[in-house]
Amino acid sequence: MSTTLLLVQGLNGLQLGILLFLIAAGLTLVFGVMDFINLAHGVQYMVGAYFAAFFAAQTGSFWLALLLALPAALLFGLLLEFLVFRHLYDRDHMAQVLATFGVILVLNQGVKMVFGAAPLQVPLPDALTGGIRVMEGLLYPTYRLAIIAGGLATAGLLWWLVERTKVGMLVRAGATNAPMVAALGVDIRRLFMVVFGFGAMLAGFAGVLAAPILSVEPGMGDNLLILAFVVIVIGGIGSIRGAFLAALLVGLVETLGRSLMPDLMRLFLSPSEARQVGAALSSMLIYIAMAAILAFRPAGLFPVRAS
Amino acid sequence: MRALKAELPALLLLGVLAVAPFAGFGEGYVLTLMARAMILAMAAVSLSLLVGGAGLVSMGHAAMMGFGAYAVVILDDARIVEAHVVLPVAILAAAGFALVTGAVAVRTSGVHFIMITLAFGQMAFFTATSLAGYGGDDGYTLYARNTVAGGRLLENKLAFHYVCLGALAAAWLLCRMLLASRFGRVLRAVKGNPMRAQALGFSPYPYRLTAYVIAGAIGGAAGFLFANATEFVAPAYISWQRSGELLFMVILGGVAGLHGALIGALGFVLLEEWLSHQWEHWRILFGVLLILAVLFLPNGLSGIPAQVAKGLRRG
Amino acid sequence: MAEALLSLRGLQKRFGGLAVTDDVSLDVTPGEIHAIIGPNGAGKTTLINEISGVLPVDAGQIHFDGRDITTLPLHRRARLGLARSFQITSVIPAFTALENTALAVQAGAGSSFRFFRPASTEARLNQAAMAALDAVGLGARAMVPAGAMSHGEKRQLELAIALATEPRLLLLDEPLAGAGPEETERLIGILRSLRGRYTIVLVEHDMQAVFALADRISVLVYGRVIATGPTEMIRANPEVKRAYLGEDDLPLAEGAPC
Repeated sequence: MSTTLLLVQGLNGLQLGILLFLIAAGLTLVFGVMDFINLAHGVQYMVGAYFAAFFAAQTGSFWLALLLALPAALLFGLLLEFLVFRHLYDRDHMAQVLATFGVILVLNQGVKMVFGAAPLQVPLPDALTGGIRVMEGLLYPTYRLAIIAGGLATAGLLWWLVERTKVGMLVRAGATNAPMVAALGVDIRRLFMVVFGFGAMLAGFAGVLAAPILSVEPGMGDNLLILAFVVIVIGGIGSIRGAFLAALLVGLVETLGRSLMPDLMRLFLSPSEARQVGAALSSMLIYIAMAAILAFRPAGLFPVRAS
Repeated sequence: MRALKAELPALLLLGVLAVAPFAGFGEGYVLTLMARAMILAMAAVSLSLLVGGAGLVSMGHAAMMGFGAYAVVILDDARIVEAHVVLPVAILAAAGFALVTGAVAVRTSGVHFIMITLAFGQMAFFTATSLAGYGGDDGYTLYARNTVAGGRLLENKLAFHYVCLGALAAAWLLCRMLLASRFGRVLRAVKGNPMRAQALGFSPYPYRLTAYVIAGAIGGAAGFLFANATEFVAPAYISWQRSGELLFMVILGGVAGLHGALIGALGFVLLEEWLSHQWEHWRILFGVLLILAVLFLPNGLSGIPAQVAKGLRRG
Repeated sequence: MAEALLSLRGLQKRFGGLAVTDDVSLDVTPGEIHAIIGPNGAGKTTLINEISGVLPVDAGQIHFDGRDITTLPLHRRARLGLARSFQITSVIPAFTALENTALAVQAGAGSSFRFFRPASTEARLNQAAMAALDAVGLGARAMVPAGAMSHGEKRQLELAIALATEPRLLLLDEPLAGAGPEETERLIGILRSLRGRYTIVLVEHDMQAVFALADRISVLVYGRVIATGPTEMIRANPEVKRAYLGEDDLPLAEGAPC
């Protein structure tokens, strides 16, 4: 494998990691503050992508679509919170899992009903077509670089919000010890609505970013959701820093594993066997990594919750 | 006597399934539907052992069925079709997977456990899709159902009905026995109050892991039957949606007793069958019903009589 | 003095910057009722948690029957014969009183990896459980689910559970907490009947009960043991009076200072 290919895969992995972080950030805060497990967080990503596709088709502009899709995703998240989620905070995790699973069924089928089962295309914004020469002989798509840059900027903004603002301080305190924050007279439900809406918007943002390069289709959020769970488990529930590092780790392991593993296996096996075993192994790799990390650090890399 | 009364719903249900083929439900299509319901009920009962008995909410139980089903596939590809070989392999494969993943998963609890079982289930799913030799994403069609002592017993729909019923009854009895035993008592204690159980000298880990492996083994047996019922196995059988559906069955029926899983699975399959004939986008209704069931039936279908009685007393 | 059954040496525990257990050394001799008293926040429950293994200590050693148990987990210590009750009632709500207690008997009666026979039909477990329930006066309530019992009954059940493990050392964390006057009376009677048969470490706010029951008392203030000795000596100790009892002078006031 050449250095060029390795670099391309590294950048792809970074880009997947960034998208994962945008999804996992909201999820981990919602877990941390409200102890609420939301399987339907992945559909926020899907809904964001569909909003982007819809508004792009209406306005003909990616930028306008982005501008419209973000508040739409926010409103949609708050609507779900109002209709379903807020009735589940006092219930056990099992009830939360099932009801949010129901939300997934409804929304996956719902977008199929409204937009059809066929994938939608969102054109790249004009300014970001083409590629950038990253190094000699390596042209990397500008838009994918823009995703990485935009994601990193968002991560920075999020870090500033959580670490440097009053609301962020409450969120951090809530993740460490929610009853304590409630006892201090903070309206924890309103705090949660803020966190929830913001998380939904971040996931929607990830969906908008992904829309031009991935196909927009029903169920597109499901697999990313589970990767986001892995990210949270590895990073430590409630930890933004943990989510960020774990997201990059998962993105890189997932992407590099898929391209490197078959080659690695070829050292031991025949080409056809290597392809099959390599594919099987690489799909397990991320989960094996998760198991290994949990075996040594059951609360993840950056545990937040006070025991 | 009291114990018998508690088991009445389950016994009644099994009895109905036993006479159904001779009470006007003997058509091939109906038998197929009932077989599907009974196999899923078997998996749901084993999941109920975990959820209701041990408080372990697994979102990866479909993977156990998947291991059983893919054992059938892999042996079928190798032309090994004798049930007395295939079934033990299916059970051991699922139990082995449960042991390895459970060793990590049952160290955790609550949300962590849900997410980790979900992740391991997804691992099994992606592994299945990468098995290009066995159809990959598209799945694998069996050459034929497994044979019993060289005979094609399982091809006979009526015989298969009773095989499934027997397996379901056996799974139910086994789980019921386990829950009542010393082992089950510790398991229930760990669920009800882990600190108290530990203060008495019980480490939750070995009990939970054992329960996880047993549930996995039963799930593997259900997977074996499922592969034989459909004569086709695809990664979709292992998807996390399927795990969610199994959990739905358990909750729909009610976690208070194993019979809840029986009622839930049968109710689920009937509902799915009926709705899918009503509307192309029936999954929307299904999802809405699921949400409503969680919000308004905290004790599941088998809790309805008590809920109604309470409502009447109050009104 | 007889060989200590439980001995603590230089226990340290900090929560953040706060020392909740500060160089605690204590000996509990076989057969005694050793009370630990102290104002709220003195670290009494923390100490019980450290002895029983719920909380790890930062430094120091815990010896039980001559064996170092400092790093053993909760369930291993329980197996050695350390039973505890919890300040906040900790029973299994879905179990009947009998099953709660039978579970405790089961802990000391061979392997629990038995899968076939219904546990509720094991006469050996049930008889021992009933004996423990009778000992605390709950015999008639054996078939009532613990979740449906009154607070006082739960406190009694908590005691029965601890007794049913046939413990060598009983750690009782405020067994009278939240009990009404009549229930308190009954519980004190039960505890008195245990005297001499069990070695007991008793954390309790109710001073009347403490002075009625304890053989020796240790006074804990801000995580430190400021005095240890026979009941009468503690009652007379001026330092104790100042540090702890001073607030309402006489320890024999009705009701627990909370």
